[in-house]
Amino acid sequence: MKPAPFDYAAPRSIGEAVALLADPDRDAKVLAGGQSLIPMLGMRLARPELLVDVTRVPGLDRLHVDGAGALHVGASVRQARVAADPDVRAGWPLLADAIGLIGHPPIRHRGTLCGSLVHHDPAAELPAAALALDARLVVEGPRGRRTVPAAEFFVATFQTAVEPDELLVEAVFDRTPPRGAAFAELARRHGDFATVGAAVLLERAADGTVRSARVVFCGAGSTPVRLPAAEDALTGTDAGEAALAAAAAAVHAHLEPGDDVHASAEYRREAAAHLLVRACTEAWERA
Amino acid sequence: MNRPATPPLAEPSGWHDVRLTVNGTEVAAQVESRLLLGDLLRDRLGLTGTHLGCEHGVCGACTVLVDGEPVRACLTLAVQCDGADLRTVESLAPGDAPLTGVQRAFHECHGMQCGFCTPGFVMTATALTERADRPSDAEVADALSGHLCRCTGYRNIRRAVRQALDERFGE
Ligand SMILES: Cc1cc2nc3c(=O)[nH]c(=O)nc-3n(C[C@H](O)[C@H](O)[C@H](O)COP(=O)(O)OP(=O)(O)OC[C@H]3O[C@@H](n4cnc5c(N)ncnc54)[C@H](O)[C@@H]3O)c2cc1C
Ligand code: FES
Ligand code: FES
Repeated sequence: MKPAPFDYAAPRSIGEAVALLADPDRDAKVLAGGQSLIPMLGMRLARPELLVDVTRVPGLDRLHVDGAGALHVGASVRQARVAADPDVRAGWPLLADAIGLIGHPPIRHRGTLCGSLVHHDPAAELPAAALALDARLVVEGPRGRRTVPAAEFFVATFQTAVEPDELLVEAVFDRTPPRGAAFAELARRHGDFATVGAAVLLERAADGTVRSARVVFCGAGSTPVRLPAAEDALTGTDAGEAALAAAAAAVHAHLEPGDDVHASAEYRREAAAHLLVRACTEAWERA
Repeated sequence: MNRPATPPLAEPSGWHDVRLTVNGTEVAAQVESRLLLGDLLRDRLGLTGTHLGCEHGVCGACTVLVDGEPVRACLTLAVQCDGADLRTVESLAPGDAPLTGVQRAFHECHGMQCGFCTPGFVMTATALTERADRPSDAEVADALSGHLCRCTGYRNIRRAVRQALDERFGE
């Protein structure tokens, strides 16, 4: 489990980092928390010639709420810091809940939120949370800076809209109306990646019905999967037993997870339906 | 430390000067980019108290404190630790100093068993006792579940951690 040789650079600006990534002579990779990349180097699944450590770039460690009420999470902000932040817990509790399900404290102390999004393991919690929250991903590369909505960011397993010569500078989460949030997952062992998981956001209308619903699954496809049929089944209801049964039926009708060594597609679908009910119940209590 | 001779490598690989504090002592070293923190500690600094089990972040045996936080030494490059403050199990009760509360609790509750995974558990427990407020039972369970002990189970380890926390924060 020792990595093949590579060089290491710790640039002090975004421009310097992008120049290193764009160097045509060397195959470079971003290093953030290293909690996914270093195991891949050790197993020789990745053999870059250069690691560009972005954790020493001034400014990328910023975690703040801007004047418009949007949350900005810079590329080097670690997961544990996001989950402990009072503003995040108050305004974006889904992020704190999702991070609580990642590995163990030492992994979350080093791993970054942005690194988890770019790594894009389809079983990972943060990509699902980012899709549920309509995150905006700010990407910079030799062709300039662009903002990618979460719905277009996750392309396929371990593949995102970030090109090899680009850096995800920050993830931005807009302020939204108060909603109840919950993340429920099935894992073989506490701290493992989800076999399947459900992220739910429910907004309560003045008359006590569901004004809006957001339902996203992880571990149910090669990207996080949003399920509008389940959202429709919940919207306008009292989130009672009948509505939850309809939402679960929508999972059975529309979710198409894959098979792997951990679970069959049928098992995943069944588990996803149960997890959705659990997450909805919890989110509604918090709404 | 003398500059080690660059080994013949198939691909270019940089050497870097790093300065870090290890168990209170300033260390300056030249490290290859790919040197993992666990190997710096064990092979270069002779601090073999930190054990390596799985070497991919799962077992927790290699857990050390970096700037006060528990971190996997097998998933951290030495070069990433430039400027950091590191503590390994050797920092506890050096020389003839009395055992720390965590060490005493592991001893009294027989939380150490064969001892392979123990340094990791002890460093995690040390971090828990250094928090400002007592961690909740759920936080303790979450922290301990990041360590795989293959001896006899977790009962004595949990008792030891509870005793150490009781001693530190009051029952
Ligand atoms: C034992 C263990 C258990 C884990 N359990 C879980 C779990 O349950 N759920 C889960 O979601 N994750 C889990 N993880 C993974 C962990 O969350 C990682 O921290 C995360 O996936 C990657 O973040 P990182 O900052 O460590 O990124 P790195 O490992 O540094 O990088 C990962 C990849 O993303 C790229 N990258 C990183 N940051 C950027 C950026 N800003 N711009 C462009 N590219 C970038 C890197 O080049 C690399 O390809 C686990 C890891 C371990 C070791
Ligand atoms: S050796 Fe580092 S976690 Fe197992
Ligand atoms: S004490 Fe033997 S493996 Fe844990």
